[in-house]
Amino acid sequence: MSSQAHFTDFKSDKQPTWCPGCGDFGTMNGMMKALANTGNTPDDTFICAGIGCSGKIGTYMHSYALHGVHGRALPVGTGVKLANPDLEVMVAGGDGDGYSIGAGHFIHAVRRNVDMTYVVMDNRIYGLTKGQFSPTSREEFETSTSPEGTKQSPVHPLALAMAAGGSFIAQSFSSDAMRHTEIIEQAIEHDGFSLVNTYSPCVTFNDVDTYDFFRDSLVDLDEEDHDPTDYDQARQKIMDFDNIYQGVLYQDDDSVGYEKRLGIEEPMNEIPEGAPEGAMDLVREFY
Amino acid sequence: MPEDLNWAVGGEAGDGIDSTGKIFAQALSRAGRHVFTSKDFASRIRGGYTAYKIRTSVDELNSVVDRLDILVALTQRTIDENLDELHEDSVVIYDGERSWDAEVPDEQIDLDVPLKSLAEDAGGAIMQNVVALGAACEVAGFPIEHLDSALEKRFGDKGQKLVDNNQEAARKGRDYVQENYDHDFGYSLDTTDNDYVLLNGDEAIGMGALVGGCRFYAGYPITPATNVMEYLTGRIDNYGGTVVQAEDELSAINMALGAARAGARSMTATSGPGIDLMTETFGLIATSETPIVIADVMRSGPSTGMPTKQEQGDLNMTLYGGHGEIPRFVLAPTTIAECFHKTIEAFNLAEKYQTPVYLVSDLAMAVTEQTFSPEEFDMDEVEIDRGKVVDEDSIDQYLDEQGRFQPHYDAADGVSPRAFPGTEQGAHMTTGLEHDELGRRTEDTDERVQQVDKRNRKVETAQNEEDWSPREFGDEDAENLVLTWGSNEGAIREAMQDLDVDVRLISVPYMFPRPDLTEAVEAAEKTVVVECNATGQFADVVERDTLTRVERINKYNGVRFNADELAERITETFAAESEAKA
Ligand SMILES: Cc1ncc(C[n+]2csc(CCOP(=O)(O)OP(=O)(O)O)c2C)c(N)n1
Ligand code: SF4
Repeated sequence: MSSQAHFTDFKSDKQPTWCPGCGDFGTMNGMMKALANTGNTPDDTFICAGIGCSGKIGTYMHSYALHGVHGRALPVGTGVKLANPDLEVMVAGGDGDGYSIGAGHFIHAVRRNVDMTYVVMDNRIYGLTKGQFSPTSREEFETSTSPEGTKQSPVHPLALAMAAGGSFIAQSFSSDAMRHTEIIEQAIEHDGFSLVNTYSPCVTFNDVDTYDFFRDSLVDLDEEDHDPTDYDQARQKIMDFDNIYQGVLYQDDDSVGYEKRLGIEEPMNEIPEGAPEGAMDLVREFY
Repeated sequence: MPEDLNWAVGGEAGDGIDSTGKIFAQALSRAGRHVFTSKDFASRIRGGYTAYKIRTSVDELNSVVDRLDILVALTQRTIDENLDELHEDSVVIYDGERSWDAEVPDEQIDLDVPLKSLAEDAGGAIMQNVVALGAACEVAGFPIEHLDSALEKRFGDKGQKLVDNNQEAARKGRDYVQENYDHDFGYSLDTTDNDYVLLNGDEAIGMGALVGGCRFYAGYPITPATNVMEYLTGRIDNYGGTVVQAEDELSAINMALGAARAGARSMTATSGPGIDLMTETFGLIATSETPIVIADVMRSGPSTGMPTKQEQGDLNMTLYGGHGEIPRFVLAPTTIAECFHKTIEAFNLAEKYQTPVYLVSDLAMAVTEQTFSPEEFDMDEVEIDRGKVVDEDSIDQYLDEQGRFQPHYDAADGVSPRAFPGTEQGAHMTTGLEHDELGRRTEDTDERVQQVDKRNRKVETAQNEEDWSPREFGDEDAENLVLTWGSNEGAIREAMQDLDVDVRLISVPYMFPRPDLTEAVEAAEKTVVVECNATGQFADVVERDTLTRVERINKYNGVRFNADELAERITETFAAESEAKA
């Protein structure tokens, strides 16, 4: 593999089975471009995915990858990165995967701050199981399991991340290809855990949170003169639930990845062929 | 049974019972004596009865017995709880000046020692336990120099002053007994020049992991497995590895999975409830063919059950747990030293066959400290086998016509190549979905069958290539066969020394794949399976494997088997047979 990869190198030869028009196409393209643009190759990249339409992304991309069980992609990514800090680790999944079944792991991954990029394809619905409400669904949203509306307020992923001490909190929109790619690039370059909540519309089951809706409602932070390193400004924007923003809402410049703070320097894949030198000292401790 | 002395210290949780017991155990071990300890503890941190028991002999010990010769009682409850184990010559050391009115039964020799005030004289009330140890040394006829050496080890890091004070406290206890009781207690603990180490099952697993090349451990605290994590924390870093305390067991096992895929030897340890949570990911580990070692240090279940008590109730879960059909290996170390060896073996098996490996231990082993000669841990014998790992040069043979790496290549032995991330041309995906040889999702009927067969074939290969022999003791030709697994072996071996009947003991450290016991069971007149659970999970397995009915000796009150009771129960079981025949 040449050291300079083209984004198509990150494409697998498996044809996506996503519905035509699904937001996940755009999300994935941006991820591949961002990986290539930041100098990564499929052989030094590891992608972990959860379960859902969104989770299939690992299947359609080409790199080292694990497509795991529902909601547990973040712990897998954590293990990969700690065991080999040389790898570029990217974790992807849906809003159900990340903020419902995997919500516990989400909060802890944020505060643990392992250097990896988490892309959540937020379509505010369960796609793969055919249209039940998700944790980001609106309160009045009617679905097969909420015929009268969900009667629950939605989760606010960015606010959750901020409360958990997130060091990089961003939001993008899969159909704004340039901005989406750019934001993921920044996320990759951030040292620490980066959340990119990507609006990735489901054209089959969600007729409320559509492309048009996001296009009309998204406010781009670039036009707002926003300073993501200013914690108070970031907090204001993140807690402003009346607006949805596109861009990097918060970035802690001083962030240092957990693996660095643990002092992990080398991949853990080399071990001696027998007991390590001085192994008898381990026994001696028990005198 | 060996000539032994049984000693215990008991009090309230929070009284430092554990460290007191440990110091005495270390003193004995450093004096070249064998030590076998057990603990009674409740699931609370302060308050609640707790005791640390030590059995010691110059001969090898592998079990506990129901007898106490010297009891250091810090509370009345300690005396009450152990009444059954006291005999006429037992000595009870207690502090009559303390607020409780000790009621030491008349038959026993009570030794009222002002532990607290003597400790205060030596520099602090906190050392009252050490005063008691000094008194115990005098009663047991054990040279106090060995206690000095254990105190040195215990407190040396914290400064010479503390060591001096403690040694002084111990002397005050000894002198008090010497001066106030001119009684010959009749005990004399010989010392030897033997060189022993003293460790418990969790520590042995942790040490096995380090020596066996484990570099990544993720876990969530749970009794009685936490010690494995605590052992590795701090030590594993010296070898370039790390320990992560995860947010829960779901996370722990998935972190271990990620680390293993990245190329690290990786493990987790937990107990029953934690295994339940990990079971979801267990199938993924098997289908993605990821090598991981999962230690299940069993305790009394179900649910939170009796979290600080012994049981071997998870066998079925480790053999059958998980949805779908999952190839796996299940190893069950039979002694503390075996916890070390089997952990290394577990890693080799996991990597050679790319399967999850359960390492099943239990509370009795986890909290028992036992002496071993260091040679039991022969580091020269340790071999690490990482299985079929490909590098840039060897990867060619596993690429398909289009140059794609095949992580689930349908090899004749069922074992595919592994490419660690970073290996050029090795990029590939694995998934919990059924997949083809490239790791890509498939629902093709032929490919499904191919992959299921391939995964199951690994077990067949391992069955043929590895040694799954059981451990054998006693008379090979005896009519009476005793079968057991896990931590009961030692107690049975000791019980056998006192039996009137001849028995053959087979102790099985491999639960899956397991040795074929048919011949042994058929050759025996009668077979009894000994295990610490109510339903006889291993006995069921044996019956199914051998198509023969077996007898069962079960115990599920939360306490491990001891040698005396086993001698009785085994004799009864086999005697019943002879009577029936007569
Ligand atoms: C343990 C478990 N529970 C439930 C499911 C079924 N399931 C599959 S995908 C999914 C929801 C996916 O929603 P989301 O993460 O929002 O992804 P999307 O399909 O919308 O991209 C569920 C509940 C499962 N696979 N595993
Ligand atoms: S169901 Fe929705 S989320 Fe799933 S592929 Fe179709 S459009 Fe995309």
